[in-house]
Amino acid sequence: MSDWEPSASIETLRARAQLLARVRSFFAERDVLEVETPMLGQGGSTDVHLASLSAEARTPAGRQRLWLQTSPEFHMKRLLAAGSGAIFQLAKSFRDGEVGGRHNIEFTMLEWYRPGFSLTALMDETAALIHAILPPSVLSKPQGAPKRYAYRELFHTHLDVDPFTTSLARLRRLAAERGFMPAHALDDEPRDTCLDLLMSMVIEPTLGQGELSAVVDYPASQAALARRHRDRHGDWVASRFELYLNGVELANGYDELIDPAEQRARFEADNAERREVGFNEVDVDTRLVAALEHGLPEGSGVALGIDRLIQLALGKPRLSDVISFDTTRC
Amino acid sequence: MANYSTNEFKGGLKVMLDGDPCSIVENELVKPGKGQAFNRVKLRNLMTGRVGERTFKSGESLEGADVMELEMEYLYTDGDMWYFMQTDGSFEQYAVEKKALGDDEKWLKEQVPYTVTLWNDNAIQITPPNFIALEVTETDPGLKGDTAQGGSKPATLSSGAVVRVPLFINEGEVLKVDTRTGDYVSRA
Repeated sequence: MSDWEPSASIETLRARAQLLARVRSFFAERDVLEVETPMLGQGGSTDVHLASLSAEARTPAGRQRLWLQTSPEFHMKRLLAAGSGAIFQLAKSFRDGEVGGRHNIEFTMLEWYRPGFSLTALMDETAALIHAILPPSVLSKPQGAPKRYAYRELFHTHLDVDPFTTSLARLRRLAAERGFMPAHALDDEPRDTCLDLLMSMVIEPTLGQGELSAVVDYPASQAALARRHRDRHGDWVASRFELYLNGVELANGYDELIDPAEQRARFEADNAERREVGFNEVDVDTRLVAALEHGLPEGSGVALGIDRLIQLALGKPRLSDVISFDTTRC
Repeated sequence: MANYSTNEFKGGLKVMLDGDPCSIVENELVKPGKGQAFNRVKLRNLMTGRVGERTFKSGESLEGADVMELEMEYLYTDGDMWYFMQTDGSFEQYAVEKKALGDDEKWLKEQVPYTVTLWNDNAIQITPPNFIALEVTETDPGLKGDTAQGGSKPATLSSGAVVRVPLFINEGEVLKVDTRTGDYVSRA
């Protein structure tokens, strides 16, 4: 295949268009408003593990750095604060360096927000959307509410350790051993890096075989922009879920953080960590904080990698098979 | 040599790992929904030929390895070293140690072109052509009229390799053999 040609076949792009039309009708039936928000924003994601791309632009303010959004979250929350009600978006999003069988630097995120929804209600709706898109043959088991697993329980089952209480030294050894790293490679790494490695290498591939699985109650340190609550062991956990199908992470949902002071503190903590590990700081979206001060309705939101869902629906081995021009030929 | 970051890792890239030159076979980005990204990499150690798996934090880098693959004809051996000559018209010769030949010593035949892998200008590995024609130097007498039956017997070839051949093959015949599997293919 010469590299002027699309990475996806025209036939696949037709099927993709049909699936996207089905997404739009799913939300139309539920009275969720489609919105479009900027791909370029004056603020970016401070998340230490997301690398933002930026562009220099000439604006009324002079030369200004604008950030390509890693997800449409901040702008959509500002719409919610302005009284939009339930909204969804198919948003081009950008994450530097992320290229592979399930990643592309530029990709399409399906993100939606449901004021007044509990995390469980949104999880069920996300499953309903996935079931509406996937042909029945992809799911070998009956389609119901996703099976739920607590993060802690998964580590007990697969690795016989408790992610909250096991000593850091033991986690580092275990993660290096099970993660194909040399014995002391993780000796300076924080707890979350060890947990991320074990989750990615050992646990994820087993999740959602022929059915949707939900992981809930992540450690509080992995809350991102979700609220926190105490689990039944008394540990702080993130009010978050992730949905998996056939070992592929499809969606990431939050009971959304609405406290502006907490939001500002998390941005600042992210940038402090960025300074510590030598990454560039990212301009904080002060307007999001202002929107939260104005008042964000309580509710839940979810981001779903629609390219991955299309990939699973069409049985394509690589993400590039369902994207018109992937990063290597864009 | 240049350093390569995990997002530049792709099949065929030669890098140094734990002091040995390696060739990248496969590189896959793995990332939990939120959190640290990793690259799960399969590498072939060019000194041992073994393929192993190693995980890197995304953004880590490895030093490139000065590795080249050149086509060379096998010339002769003096018992200590095996001599090869470049086929690009330069007639440049390289001496290869037994260690670098490994099991492939049994596929050496004069004037046949091999792929010779050089690391810092030293030969570390040879790769024979996928198929090679070699003469049978020793085997039990052929059984006439036995062509239909599926039986086989060992035959020693001129290069020293021993392969299983059909019962009807005789000494002095030239056979086409698959060097990757060591299987008899046909009469050449």
